[in-house]
Amino acid sequence: MASRPRTLYEKIWDAHVVETRPDGTSLIYIDRHLVHEVTSPQAFEGLRLAGRTVRRPDLTLAVPDHNLPTTARLDAAGARLPIADPQSAAQLAALEANAPAFGIRYIDSSAAEQGIVHVVGPEQGFSLPGATIVCGDSHTSAHGGISALAFGIGTSEVEHVLATQTLQLKRSRTLEVRVDGLLGHGVTPKDLILHIIGVLGTAGGTGHVMEFTGQVFREMSVEGRLTVCNMSIEAGARAGLIAPDDTTFTYLKGRPYAPRGEDWDKAVAWWRTLASDDGALFDKRITIDGSAIEPTVTWGTSPEDTAPIGGTVPYPESFADPAKAEAARKSLSYMGLEPGQRLDEIAVENIFIGSCTNSRIEDLRAAAAVLDGRKKADGVKWAIVVPGSGLVKRQAEAEGLDRIFMAAGLEWREPGCSACLGMNPDKVPKGERCASTSNRNFVGRQGPGSRTHLVSPAMAAAAAVTGRLTDVRKLG
Amino acid sequence: MQPVSTIEGRAIPFGRKNVDTDVIIPAHWLKTISRDGLGAGAFETIRAEPGNIFDDPQFAGAPILIAGDNFGCGSSREHAAWAMLDLGIRAVIASSFSDIFAGNAFKNGILAVELPQAEIDRLLEVAETDPIAIDLGSQTVTTPFQDRFAFAIDPFRKHCLAEGLDETGLTLARSEAITAYENRQLAEMPWLNGTMEHRTEGSA
Repeated sequence: MASRPRTLYEKIWDAHVVETRPDGTSLIYIDRHLVHEVTSPQAFEGLRLAGRTVRRPDLTLAVPDHNLPTTARLDAAGARLPIADPQSAAQLAALEANAPAFGIRYIDSSAAEQGIVHVVGPEQGFSLPGATIVCGDSHTSAHGGISALAFGIGTSEVEHVLATQTLQLKRSRTLEVRVDGLLGHGVTPKDLILHIIGVLGTAGGTGHVMEFTGQVFREMSVEGRLTVCNMSIEAGARAGLIAPDDTTFTYLKGRPYAPRGEDWDKAVAWWRTLASDDGALFDKRITIDGSAIEPTVTWGTSPEDTAPIGGTVPYPESFADPAKAEAARKSLSYMGLEPGQRLDEIAVENIFIGSCTNSRIEDLRAAAAVLDGRKKADGVKWAIVVPGSGLVKRQAEAEGLDRIFMAAGLEWREPGCSACLGMNPDKVPKGERCASTSNRNFVGRQGPGSRTHLVSPAMAAAAAVTGRLTDVRKLG
Repeated sequence: MQPVSTIEGRAIPFGRKNVDTDVIIPAHWLKTISRDGLGAGAFETIRAEPGNIFDDPQFAGAPILIAGDNFGCGSSREHAAWAMLDLGIRAVIASSFSDIFAGNAFKNGILAVELPQAEIDRLLEVAETDPIAIDLGSQTVTTPFQDRFAFAIDPFRKHCLAEGLDETGLTLARSEAITAYENRQLAEMPWLNGTMEHRTEGSA
C-alpha cells in the first residue's frame, strides 16, 4: 500500500493501535511492561480490590532498584542481608510477594541480572526496536535508544496496563532534534543531551515525542543512545527515539529475551523498515551544531540550567523572561553560587557515578579512563561508583575497572538507583555539592538541601581528581 | 473515582513555574505501599520555609492551586497527585502541565485546568483575598468580580471526570478487540507477542 511518508514514531504507533475512538483517543497495545517496587504496590492493591488479574504476565518483568541499598546484599555465608529501613524493606517485600502472586517473572535483588530497570530491559533483550514499552518511571524514555516507543506512566496506568495490556492514548506531536556535525574530543552523549535540554528548556518537548537524527547518532553506541533518550523527559518529551540500525541489531543479538532463528530474521527485516521516511513531516524541528558543544554542566536546580564548563554562572538579570530570572535567583541562592563565578572553580565534596542515565559499561570505562593512575582529591569526601546492573558490575570487574576506581579512592557498589533520587541510604548531605552523572538537579533531589551538578561520567571522574568541576580535556 | 462537577473555594496563589514532582512530594515519601497519608509530605521543602503560602491559615483546606508553566514536570510518581488530594486540592490551574502529571491528575479526579498566563496572573491576584470557582460542565473559571475564563478539556476526560468512571473498567469492556489485536500480532510479529523464553543458561 502506498502511503504518505511517516516518522519512526508514527510507524510504531500505527503498528500498535487496537482501535481508535471517534474523539481520536486510541487504545494502544503495550508489548513490554517493566515493574519496580516503588510505583507498583498501589497498582497491585487496586487489582486485588477489583478482583482483576494481570492479562499478560508473560510480557511483564519485575525488578527492584529504587530502594535497595548499594552496600553488600549477601553476608559471607551467602544469606541475604536485611534492609535496615523498614519502609524500604516493606516495599521490596510487597514486590517479592506481588510478582509470584500475579505470575510475573521477577529478578531477585541478589541475582546477577538485577539492576536499574532501564539498564536491565535492553541488557536482557526484553526491550526491542519497534516495541511499545512502559514502566512506572519517567526515565522509561531511555529505551528509545533501542528504538522502542517507551515512556513513563503513573501508578493508575500501571494498573491499567497490568489489567488490559493497553493504554488509552492520544497521538503525540513529533519533534525532530537534528544534530549536525560530530562531537569533539572529550564530549560525550551526556554533554550532548544536557546541551539539547538547555536549548529546548524543560517544557520544550511537552506533548511531543522527540526523534534524534543526524550522523552523530548513527555513529553512537547503543549505550550512548540510551543516555540521550533517557533524558528526553528532562526536555518535557515523554519519549525519545533513535532509528534502529546495525549497531542496534549487533547489540541485541543473542541477548536472553531477544528473538532467535527465524524470528530474529523476521524481526530485523521489520526493524529495517522503521526509520523515518524521507520527507516525513515533524510538527517541530530544531537543529543543533554538535561540533560546537563543549563538556556541559548544570549550575542551577533545573536540567535546563546548563552551561559549557568553560563558562561562568549566569547573572539572573541576563534572562529576558522575568520568571526565569527570578527562578535563577532562587536557584543560585539554593546552590550557594555567585553570578559570574567560573564554573571550573566550583568545589565539590561528593561524586556520584551511576543512575539509569550513566551506569552502563561504556560509562564506567569512560570514568575509569580518567581515574586510571590518579587519586581523588582530599576535598572529595564521598565518591561512589554504582554499576547499572549486576551484569555491568561483573563485566567491569572482568576489565579491572573496579580496581581502578578503588585505587583512586572511590567506592565500588552494588547496582541500583542509588544517589540519583534520595530514597535509599545513598544521599548527598545538606549544603554539599555533588558532581553527579544522574539526570535531575531539582531542589532536594539527592537528599534534603543537596546541591547537584549534572555531568558526564568522564567529567565526574575529572571532578573527583581535582575536587572541583573540571574540563576533562584539560586533565590530559 | 468521585464524579467532579464544580470546585469552589479559596485557591492557593502559588504562581511558581516548573514545579517539579520532587517539590510536590520528595522521594523519601515514596516508600509507602498505600495511596493515603501523603499530604504530610506535600510541598515539604517549601513548607519548611517560615511564612510559606501552604501553611497560611487563610488557605487551609483550599481546594484549588494556581501555578505557572510546566506544572508537575519530572518524575512519573502518582504520589504527587495523591499527596495533593490528601492536602485537599481538587484542581490545579496552570499555564501548562507536564504530560505525565496531567494524566495522573485526571486518573485521580484532580482537574488540571490550563489557562493563558495573563488569565493566571489575574487569578493569582484574586486568589489573594477571594474564592474562585471552576465549573467542569461549562468549562469555565469564574471569580466574584465577573471574570470568566473558558478552558479546554479532552471530551473523553471530561466525560470520565463528570461520571467518575473507572478507565480500567472501560478498557476491560474492549477485551475482544484486544484479543483480536493479540492474535493478529502473534501471527505477524511472533517475537513481540509470543511468550518469551529466557535463553541464557544458568541465569534466572
